[in-house]
Amino acid sequence: MSTAIEFRAITVATPQGRRLLEDISLCVEAGTLTVLLGRSGSGKTTLLRTVNRMVLPTGGEVLVNGKPNRDVDMIALRRSIGYVIQETGLFPHFTVERNVGVVLEAEGCARAERVRRSHELLLAVGLDPAIYADRFPNQLSGGQRQRVGLARALAADPDILLMDEPFGALDPLTRGEMQDMLRGLLAGLKKTVLLVTHDLDEALYLGDQIALLSEGELIACLEPEEFLKSDLPEIQGYVRAFHRGERSAGPVAKR
Amino acid sequence: MSTRFFTQYGEEIATLTMEHVWLTAAAMAFATMIAVPTGIWLTRAPRWARPIIGVTNILQTIPSLAMFGFLLPLPWLGERAARIAIFALTAYALLPILRNTYAGIRGIDPAVIEVAQALGLTGTQRLFKVELPLAASFILAGLRTATVTCIGIATIAAAVGAGGLGELIFRGVASVDNRLVLAGAVPAALLALAADGALGLLERRFKVAAR
Repeated sequence: MSTAIEFRAITVATPQGRRLLEDISLCVEAGTLTVLLGRSGSGKTTLLRTVNRMVLPTGGEVLVNGKPNRDVDMIALRRSIGYVIQETGLFPHFTVERNVGVVLEAEGCARAERVRRSHELLLAVGLDPAIYADRFPNQLSGGQRQRVGLARALAADPDILLMDEPFGALDPLTRGEMQDMLRGLLAGLKKTVLLVTHDLDEALYLGDQIALLSEGELIACLEPEEFLKSDLPEIQGYVRAFHRGERSAGPVAKR
Repeated sequence: MSTRFFTQYGEEIATLTMEHVWLTAAAMAFATMIAVPTGIWLTRAPRWARPIIGVTNILQTIPSLAMFGFLLPLPWLGERAARIAIFALTAYALLPILRNTYAGIRGIDPAVIEVAQALGLTGTQRLFKVELPLAASFILAGLRTATVTCIGIATIAAAVGAGGLGELIFRGVASVDNRLVLAGAVPAALLALAADGALGLLERRFKVAAR
C-alpha cells in the first residue's frame, strides 16, 4: 500500500505566535479512512485544512501522493481533493444537480456529461435524481443536504476526500444512516479519506485508524481495537467521557 | 390644469423629461462602472473599506446646490452644464452602490465561500458564479436607492443650466406659477416611482432564497 497523505512535522502558529499545531507527523495509507479525533480546539480541523492548502503550515510540509503539496498548482490540487464540511456550503442559487456538478463546470466539462455524472452520484448517495435534481438546497433536509455535499465532493472523482465533521449537525438517527451510507459508498470506491470528528462512536465505526489530537499535539494514531485497549491517559479520558451515558444508564435498564 | 396649458407646455415637458432621464441614466451607468468594481475590490482588501466608503459618504453630505456651484469653474467639466450634472449625480450615486456591493458580498455565508475555494474554483469563477449572483439583489437595491435619489437631485441641475425637469420648477418658482412647478415636479416624482418599481421587480427576481 502506498502513502496518500503524509504530514511531516507540521506546525501551525497564528501571526500572534499562538501554536495551533505542534510538530505533527502522520501517514495516511491510500484507500483507508483515517479519523482525526479530538475535542473542540484540538487542532483537528486545522490539520485537515493543511492538505488542500486552505491553511498553510508555518513549519513542516504535507506530501500528497508523494509530492509536497505546496509545489502543486493550488487550483489543480484543490480540484483533485474532495471537501465536505458540516455547514455543507451548498450554493443556494444552484439546483442540486448544478451543485453536484460544480467542479466539473469549473473544469469546463460539457453540460450533458455534468448532468449524467451528477445524476449518477445522486443515486450513489441515496437521492433519486428524478425527485431531487431540480430542487434548491433550501428545499432539502439537513441529511439530504449532506448527501448532496458528499456527491459534490466526489464529482471530479478525487482520490482523496477531506470531511470536516460532515455529520456533526445531524440528529443521531440521521447521523447513523449517513455513516452507513458513507461506509457502503467507500467500500466500493477505494478513496483515501481524512475525517474530522469529536464523536468516538463515529470514529470507531468508520475509521481504519484513529488519530487523537489534544491541544495541537498528536497523542497517538491507532487502529480502533488498539485505541480502545490503549492505556494512554488521554485516550482513556476521552473514552471514559464518551461512555459516561452508557454507565449511568445501566442500572436504570435493569429495573 | 387646462388643455391649453398642455398644448403650450406639453412638448417642452416631454423634452425635459427625456433630458432628465438621460442625465440620471448616464450618471447611474458611470456610478455602477465605478462603484461595483470598487466594492468587489474592497471585499479583497477590507482594510480599505472604511476610508473609501467614508469618502463616498462625505461626498453625499455636500449640499447639491453647492456641489453644482463648486464644479462650475472647473476646466472642461465646467464648460458644459450636462457634464457638471452627470459628474455630480455620479458622485451622489457612488455610496449606495458601493456600500451594497461590499456588504452584499461580505454577507454571503462564509461556508459557501470556503467551499468555493476548497473545491478549486478560480477567483474569477468564484466571483461570477457565486459572489455576484448571490449579491445581485443587494447591488440592485443599492442601484435603486441611488437612482431614486438622483432623479430628485437632478432637478437641482437646472440651476447650472443642465436642463431636465428642474427647469420648469425653477421657472415656476421665479414667476410664482404653481402650474409650472407642478409640471416639473409631477413628472419627476413619477419617474422616481417608475424607476423604484422597475428596479424593485428586478431586485426580487435576483433574490436567492435563504436556507
